[in-house]
Amino acid sequence: MTAASTSLSRRSAPRRRPPPNWFKRHERLVFAVAGVVAFALIWEVGSRLGVINELFFSRPSAIARAGFEEVQLPRFWVDFQASATEFSVGYVIAIVSAIPLGLAAGWYRRLQYTLDPWLNFLNSLPRVALLPILIIWFGLGVESKIAVVFLGAFFSIIIPTIQGVKTTDRRLLDVANSFGASRARVFLTVVGPATVPFIITGLRLGVARALIGVVTGELFAATTGLGVMISRASASFQTDRLLFGVLIFTFTGILGVEAIRRVENYFQRWRPAKQGA
Amino acid sequence: MTDTQIALDARAVQFYYEDPTTHERLLAIEKMDLEINVGEFVSIVGPSGCGKSTFLKIVNGLLPTYDGEISVLEPDHGRAHAMVFQDSALFPWYSIVSNVAYGLTCQGVPKKEAHARAMPFIEMVGLTGFETKYPYQLSGGMQQRANLARALTVDPEILLMDEPFAALDAQTRELMQAELLRIWHQAQKTVLFITHQIDEAIYLSDRVIVMSARPGRILADIRVDLPRPRELKIKRSPAFVALTDQIWSLITPQLHDDAPATGVAS
Ligand SMILES: Nc1ncnc2c1ncn2[C@@H]1O[C@H](COP(=O)(O)OP(=O)(O)O)[C@@H](O)[C@H]1O
Ligand SMILES: [Mg+2]
Repeated sequence: MTAASTSLSRRSAPRRRPPPNWFKRHERLVFAVAGVVAFALIWEVGSRLGVINELFFSRPSAIARAGFEEVQLPRFWVDFQASATEFSVGYVIAIVSAIPLGLAAGWYRRLQYTLDPWLNFLNSLPRVALLPILIIWFGLGVESKIAVVFLGAFFSIIIPTIQGVKTTDRRLLDVANSFGASRARVFLTVVGPATVPFIITGLRLGVARALIGVVTGELFAATTGLGVMISRASASFQTDRLLFGVLIFTFTGILGVEAIRRVENYFQRWRPAKQGA
Repeated sequence: MTDTQIALDARAVQFYYEDPTTHERLLAIEKMDLEINVGEFVSIVGPSGCGKSTFLKIVNGLLPTYDGEISVLEPDHGRAHAMVFQDSALFPWYSIVSNVAYGLTCQGVPKKEAHARAMPFIEMVGLTGFETKYPYQLSGGMQQRANLARALTVDPEILLMDEPFAALDAQTRELMQAELLRIWHQAQKTVLFITHQIDEAIYLSDRVIVMSARPGRILADIRVDLPRPRELKIKRSPAFVALTDQIWSLITPQLHDDAPATGVAS
């Protein structure tokens, strides 16, 4: 113990913070990657030590090797292309139809009244239940899967879009009207911007629904596609190959959500920056 | 002034709100007569829910289904009236200059020109340097300045102001009151100002209209003969205090009347 001192402890002025170093700036990424690496390491070591059953769970190095072999097979690229087509065509058709229709239905009350029963009916129906009939209509090829993807994404986008138009701030509409804005201008300057966050939410939800559509559609009945590759691998107990297929879907989902986040940041510059986003 | 012109003439204005589902009708204001001269600053005070905002919206053309008659002076330039909204109501997705220029773009003025014409008003309200900021980056008082500039930009004959300072803290409010008088003087507008603060009404106005609880009627039309320009300390002068007491004694019985003003007092 130091000798008791009656003098006031001196507090130095807060030091100016040094500019954040590389580690500080990439903190988020560093910790995220570290977590994944640690997980993969434990898995790999556990599997090599025999604690984790390799037959059921494979191991990271085996998945990587399987992936490396897969991408050299022409068959893989045929599957990949089929899935990519189903996803992108279905999703894009959903976007270009759901956004305009949603905006219109939110704006014209009577159109919404007309659409409401259909939206409610089709949205509460599990889309997978429609697969058998879609296959009768569109066959085993990509078309039936495009239809499933479309159905999944369409409702995820149109419902929030309608919601967004309808919940536009009454006060802001009053402002526009009081300045004599035309209907078209009210729509473009008030309703549109107010609905953007809702559309973004729909797009994000739509990515997940579209991917579910691809996987379920292909697992249920298809001749090509990554889902087919997964079920083939499953049938022959090639866990590594199977998990490689799953990883591709996962990454597509992550990339899609990230792309949407960029779109969101662009459209929402007028929002206060979110903490830790 | 000898050749006084009438800026606003409301006769027997009455308004019902109708519930869209039950079709019940609620009488919001009853037989209001009000005449305002060009260049006058007139305030309306009254208990919350008495129909002040409703009256302003009627004058502004937002509630077209009223009974009675309203005539406004149609100026040979600019618009008849523009509204300064309660809690600013700026478009959060537009920069300050785009917000201020909004009225002009509604009239078909090209964006570039509209922005250029908005600049003097941004300067008038003291927001120079904030043109490219978004509303969330401004304090409440600054947002109200932008709100005021937005209305001034369309060169209205009458400025309609709906409790524009109600959400501000006491100091900012006093500052904004003094600012408003300065701008009123500079821009030479007729102002119809709504508030539930009696001292604010007296400090700013040439006349204070006192309204009853719902259904709103005019109880009194009180002339404020305090000299201008007014400094804030005038609020402590005996004449000011006497006026405050007079208006208080008119409003107090109204506060006990009726059920507490229900629902939205927007
Ligand atoms: N859109 C509306 N629909 C139905 N009633 C309303 C509406 N707006 C206001 N009211 C009612 O009309 C009365 C007057 O409202 P308002 O003019 O906003 O009062 P003030 O601005 O004086 O507080 C209140 O009782 C209020 O509840
Ligand atoms: Mg009000």
